Amino acid sequence: MDKLTTVEGGAYPFGMKNVDTDIVIPAHWLKTISRNGLGRGAFEVLRKEPGNVFDDPAYAGSPILIAGDNFGCGSSREHAAWALGDLGIKVVIAPSFSDIFSGNAFKNGILTVVLPQDAVDRLLEVAKTDPIHVDLEAQTVTTQFQDRFSFEIDPFRKHCLLGGLDEIGLTLDDVDVIDSYEAKVAQDRPWIVPAAVA
Amino acid sequence: MVKPRTLYEKIWDAHVVERRPDGTCLIYIDRHLVHEVTSPQAFEGLRLAGRKVRRPDLTLAVPDHNLPTTPRRDADGHRIPIADPESAQQLAALERNAPEFGVRLIGDADREQGIVHVVGPEQGFTLPGTTLVCGDSHTSSHGALGALAFGIGTSEVEHVLATQTLLLKQSKTMAVVVDGELAPGVTAKDVALAICGTIGTAGGTGYVMEYRGSVFRDMSIEGRLTVANMSIEAGARSGLFAPDEKTFAYIQGRPMAPRGADFEAAVAWWKALVTDEGSVFDKTVVIDAADIVPTVTWGTSPEDVVAVTGVVPDPQSFADPSKQAAAQKSLDYMGLTAGQKMADVAIEHIFIGSCTNSRIEDLRAAAALLKGRHIASGIKHAMVVPGSGLVKEMAESEGLDRIFLDAGFEWREPGCSACLGMNPDKVPAGERCASTSNRNFMGRQGPGSRTHLVSPEMAAAAAITGRLTDVRELLNNKEGLVA
Repeated sequence: MDKLTTVEGGAYPFGMKNVDTDIVIPAHWLKTISRNGLGRGAFEVLRKEPGNVFDDPAYAGSPILIAGDNFGCGSSREHAAWALGDLGIKVVIAPSFSDIFSGNAFKNGILTVVLPQDAVDRLLEVAKTDPIHVDLEAQTVTTQFQDRFSFEIDPFRKHCLLGGLDEIGLTLDDVDVIDSYEAKVAQDRPWIVPAAVA
Repeated sequence: MVKPRTLYEKIWDAHVVERRPDGTCLIYIDRHLVHEVTSPQAFEGLRLAGRKVRRPDLTLAVPDHNLPTTPRRDADGHRIPIADPESAQQLAALERNAPEFGVRLIGDADREQGIVHVVGPEQGFTLPGTTLVCGDSHTSSHGALGALAFGIGTSEVEHVLATQTLLLKQSKTMAVVVDGELAPGVTAKDVALAICGTIGTAGGTGYVMEYRGSVFRDMSIEGRLTVANMSIEAGARSGLFAPDEKTFAYIQGRPMAPRGADFEAAVAWWKALVTDEGSVFDKTVVIDAADIVPTVTWGTSPEDVVAVTGVVPDPQSFADPSKQAAAQKSLDYMGLTAGQKMADVAIEHIFIGSCTNSRIEDLRAAAALLKGRHIASGIKHAMVVPGSGLVKEMAESEGLDRIFLDAGFEWREPGCSACLGMNPDKVPAGERCASTSNRNFMGRQGPGSRTHLVSPEMAAAAAITGRLTDVRELLNNKEGLVA
């Protein structure tokens, strides 16, 4: 996974509340074989509306999404995180997130930032015209207008995102313990390996 | 003194690679079954990160969900293309990924191909005391052989492929005890449905179940597979049977099982896989075998069960207001009214198959009832889908295919079929199916489909009469069938 330290750039001033993962990526996209390309299906229904922020050239390619309360509720589909990542989003800022969505986002290198509603409202305003700056190390969201909002993050998740470590990478950091477990089992239960089939 | 441990705790302890301060454990995974729907993104993740499959020898790939159950090769041995391009693409991805990562693939036209949860035990891939995972919730099936087996998501599939481990928290334990003797016409499926009805679909959430008592001891391995399969319908990710002589006999000689001295060593280890005297379960549920009758579902949740001799319940009869509302919604969807006799409900479709009930015993039981009989005129479509190519071969060698065909059934190629609407086998909207599968969710067998979960015997009985039918009526009419 890519390291995430600071993210500076445009932000989609989205702000809608209770956006479920069916809105993020509709069910008919689940028969894919790739995590990539799901950006095309991201917010598919909303994008049928003229003037939606996702098709506004002013925000195209923005790395930040400013969302509303309870973002990512509903189905546990990991495709929601894959779709946002494919759209180029690295940070989602909202007053709250569903647990499952934040877990899935984190597993895919996307930072979810929880800020109070008034801070989110202010960022929605700024994002219409100016960039937003997110600093994970300092745990702050700032603008060029002296706005400075601090956020909390689980230390383990922060460590993983800063280092570009995914859970698999972390487990593999500990590969010695897996090696020794396997060596022990090979002694104790050598029959555990499936018989080779011709 | 050593603290007595449950079967679950013994298997767990034997697989702890590392215990973390917060109680999370890195658990070693002995067996990984892979199918075409939940694996493409996991393999892609490995590819992007430049990772390998750590133990391809512990991994087995079988396509099942998407495959049509019509013939897959023409007379010249060429593949008959899958009409749905997305299904074809998922199958093609598995066929590309398995060899690329060194994983054995049982292909769509191989004689061993079938539903992963039928293939695993049949090939001797599933063993007692192993940890076994698959990106499919019905992985609980393998608990029938004493494997700690559970379904996982795509990120976890990738984690297991790369590391052969998972980070897990230990579950609570639940003993499900059924003592006594099952009456004639009452099957493992009825026991599974009775458990769902008793504890509800969330009753087992957070628990690993262990099936205990004389009914489960007396049950065949195939019956145990049916019961363990439906653990997840009662909320439990996993359900265990202690391995016994029947288990060992079932495993011996299967292609991927230990052989010779290895088998003897394995059996010695497996024999210790019992819950110690004095172990404490976090919860115990007791059901009297005498209370279990031939059962059908009336609603859209596997807990919506009723005796086939019973009536559609009145939603107002439920104490919980949210359950009242859910029941009314279910009845509207199912096109049933409170008080209607279940045995009066006309059926248009019969599906015998799925990882719950597609093994040879299931087919024998249905065929025994159908022999010399024919499906009723109201039945639009009746279908048998064997769980694997080997089940199909065995059934054909016993002449069961002739019995089904003569009775008016279609005899299909193995796969998940009409259990879920991911392949061409679907039940049309508004039509009713007596199905041996595991989920009667809204739209599960196709948009608007209406599912009644039953045993293979009851599916055969419904086929004969064209309505939900108490199988015992037919048993009593036919010499030699009463057990």
